[in-house]
Amino acid sequence: MLLMIFTLAFTLVKTSDNNAPEQKVQTEKIIPTKIDLSKFKNAEQNEKCLKCHGQTKYSYENAESKQTVTKRMYAELVLNRDVFYVSNHKGFKCTDCHSEDYETFPHAGNLRMETKANCIDCHGGDEKYAKFKFEQIESEFQASVHSEKHSKDFTCWMCHNAHTYKINARTNENLKQTITYDNLICLHCHGDVNNYQLLTDKEKPNLLQKHEWLPNQASHFTNVRCIECHAKNEDTLVVAHHIMSKKNAVRKCEACHSKNSILYASLYKQQVKENIQKEGIFKGLLMADATTIGPDKSNTLNIISILIFALTMLAIAIHAAFRIKKSS
Amino acid sequence: MTNAILCLTLIITGLSIQFATPGTVIKFKTAVSVHNIAGILLSLSYAAFFIGNLLTTNGAYYVIPVKGFLDRLLKQFRYYTVGLFKKEDAPFPVSEENKFNPLQQSTYVVLMYAMVPFVILSGWGLLYPEITVKSFVGYSGLDLTDLFHIIAGFTISIIMCVHIYFCTIGKSPWSNFKSMLNGYHESH
Repeated sequence: MLLMIFTLAFTLVKTSDNNAPEQKVQTEKIIPTKIDLSKFKNAEQNEKCLKCHGQTKYSYENAESKQTVTKRMYAELVLNRDVFYVSNHKGFKCTDCHSEDYETFPHAGNLRMETKANCIDCHGGDEKYAKFKFEQIESEFQASVHSEKHSKDFTCWMCHNAHTYKINARTNENLKQTITYDNLICLHCHGDVNNYQLLTDKEKPNLLQKHEWLPNQASHFTNVRCIECHAKNEDTLVVAHHIMSKKNAVRKCEACHSKNSILYASLYKQQVKENIQKEGIFKGLLMADATTIGPDKSNTLNIISILIFALTMLAIAIHAAFRIKKSS
Repeated sequence: MTNAILCLTLIITGLSIQFATPGTVIKFKTAVSVHNIAGILLSLSYAAFFIGNLLTTNGAYYVIPVKGFLDRLLKQFRYYTVGLFKKEDAPFPVSEENKFNPLQQSTYVVLMYAMVPFVILSGWGLLYPEITVKSFVGYSGLDLTDLFHIIAGFTISIIMCVHIYFCTIGKSPWSNFKSMLNGYHESH
């Protein structure tokens, strides 16, 4: 009902003040949403855009022929309300980031040239966001192959969609979900030839073949993030952005499967820290999800085992000494 | 003999993996491959032992008679701690019917029917992480398997150290090692 009112209200609004013929937009079959839009103060205004961009097709009346034309909305121009209104940017209205000229339909051609804001444009230098270290993310990104090889074509938007972005690594307690979430970002291009070739004419490498050397490939792919080996991990960032060229990627097993595992930087470090806080040192450290097979991870166990070994050796030595003494 | 070499290989490579730091003596990759191969070979050897014990009379040596078990165990323990030094005769001399003394027998039963199967199964679980239970009472199944594998491996290593030392208690310190090679036991 609410949507109908919005729709009606919008169709009555004079939508253009330029020379283009004024057109009336009708919408049909709006994608149903579970979201209570009344909770969002900008929702009413956003609906003016979403009544077309919130669905897969839109109709308008051709001003000259007076006929209703129905067209498909390009997939990348569709914005799902269910996703947007749970995302981090849910409180914004469309025109906070986009030109107000979009309120006119048909949209003026030059609006296509509108530059999209990058993360740092809004989040840079803001005390409130200091803990997210956007400046470090930006400089890491600038040093990454993504930035070096693709120059200005490659923006934050290639991996993060401002309409759907939701903080994950810091807040999600399920490590597996975080791993999947982060890896899907890489796979969006590296696992999809169409997206990959938007940026390069190079043939997309087959990831399974390229990682054939990796033992237990399936386990590694589901339990480790791509960036663990492909990015320069710093302790200070949960999600590393300095993606390295493939020749610098980690290929040594012991880089992870050792006491000084690189996995203990970033995400895993945080996970272990939180686990210890929640479960206590012994359980937290020993049973953390973020451990690797093989190397010792518990000092307590090490000390106990060395003690048992030492005591056994001592007992043997005493026994042997008595035997030597008695036989001589 | 083959089993002893395999066990030693597994302990050495296992320790190398456990205390891995980049640039250790044995390369991590080599240690893992050798550990895997030795583990698979030992599994086969254990399967032969297990089936063999079911099919032949050798299995009888591993059946512990319940009656008087504790007494016999204490008697053997007393021999090792006191009697041996008084030049007493071994209370349970090796014979065809009596391959193991009671202490030896119970250790072997625990070793061969609990520790070794445990370390083998958990080892296969780590070799094929996909077959390992994902989680067990809230803990990662793989980590628990890893932990148990390490504890079982460590226990076996300790038993092996004691075992090797006890082998020197024979007619001469080397006589038991000789019997391992030729199959004949020299009595005290």
